[in-house]
Amino acid sequence: MAEESSPSSLTLLDFWPSPYGIRVRLALSLKDIPYTYKEEDLQNKSQLLLNSNPIHQQIPVLIHNNKPISESLIIIQYIDETWPDNPPKLMPDDPYERARARFWAVYVDKNVYELGRRVCLSHEGSHEERERARGELCECLKVLEGVLGEREYFGGVGLGLVDVCLVPFYAWFYAYERLGELEMEGVCPKLVAWGRRCVGEERVGRVVPGQDRVYELIVEMINKKLRFDQ
Amino acid sequence: MGELKVIGAWASPFAIRPRIALTLKSIEYEYIEENLRAKSDLLLKSNPVHKKVPVLLHGDRPICESLVILQYIDEQWTTGPSILPSDPYDRAIARFWAAYVDDKFFPALAGILKAQNEEAKAEALGQVKAGLELLEKALKDCGKEGVFYGGEGIGYVDIAFGSYLGWVRAVESMGEVKLLDEDKTPGLVGWAERFCSHEAVKDVMPETEKLIEFAKKLFSKPT
Repeated sequence: MAEESSPSSLTLLDFWPSPYGIRVRLALSLKDIPYTYKEEDLQNKSQLLLNSNPIHQQIPVLIHNNKPISESLIIIQYIDETWPDNPPKLMPDDPYERARARFWAVYVDKNVYELGRRVCLSHEGSHEERERARGELCECLKVLEGVLGEREYFGGVGLGLVDVCLVPFYAWFYAYERLGELEMEGVCPKLVAWGRRCVGEERVGRVVPGQDRVYELIVEMINKKLRFDQ
Repeated sequence: MGELKVIGAWASPFAIRPRIALTLKSIEYEYIEENLRAKSDLLLKSNPVHKKVPVLLHGDRPICESLVILQYIDEQWTTGPSILPSDPYDRAIARFWAAYVDDKFFPALAGILKAQNEEAKAEALGQVKAGLELLEKALKDCGKEGVFYGGEGIGYVDIAFGSYLGWVRAVESMGEVKLLDEDKTPGLVGWAERFCSHEAVKDVMPETEKLIEFAKKLFSKPT
């Protein structure tokens, strides 16, 4: 029986610039699943958030029929498994391809945010720190370029799990350029092309914020010493 | 499809996970013990990104990251007991707890051994104890029969959390602390005994004494 939802049965607790939150919005947008969006003030978290995710007290949290699901990668797989009849399928059918998708999604999780954050902060640090931060981020992005290869998307002909996980960080590329003094077209031309291709699609573009907006927000958060993953 | 190999290291809690899963599903495999101080070409070729164990080699295809491997085993071999539940919400909960033990619980546990002073040790200990209370509650909520997190049989969370039990016992001995407590975590005490004596676990769970010896060598090195 096809799963249905309405904005009353599906709520997303989120913070608009969070890359982890954007991923979940992307999965819901790609599959055209209606939901209620609730913006959280991370300095003043709602009781609903604290009750729904008592252990980590972090966004995003998806609440479906009053049951909360936390952790963005877990939420995306939940969405894919609960709405299998809403295309696109974010996970491939073959178990080995699924394992590869999960492996690279975990790699994105463990590296891109932290290395990108260090680059953004490093413009206030020493020359050595800047060089190291830039080097590590570039290496990580080049590895991901290698994984993409000649394909249009990490998911093959359409967006899949890894695309959904990574594309919110494409919105950070301008910040990497300004704060890290990196030339992204030179560092990872294929990823830049991939990012453009993704956000050029209506269901993606309506969810991923523009790079200028993200850059301004990052500068503001650096000045206030805030993080996205708290 | 090709033969199955698991590249692991006896003391690694991550490396025993695929072995438990394969045994649970009665799947034969060749085990390759890796010397982590002198990594083999096979390991470096199979896991060039992280160069870590475990790696599952299915024919010539490598699968890396222990939790990814568990899900692969469950999806590739659908006969025999299931590791993950079938309901999407229950799967999300199982994935949540497995991520919790890896991201929060284990680093705190290791923190007890790595602590340079009493204050740091007390802090790590506090985090571990708080974590165990959460996991005690989760056992009551998750495990429908209260036997294992997976219900009547062992499942994803049992394997993820249970694989740390050798180290939990080693830390209890070396740190002179009580972690699994009849008073605070009675459910976990029973669960730990059931898990460690399970057919699929008992031959791969490292002995506490050997882990203590290993840890002494590991942590006696100058930092």
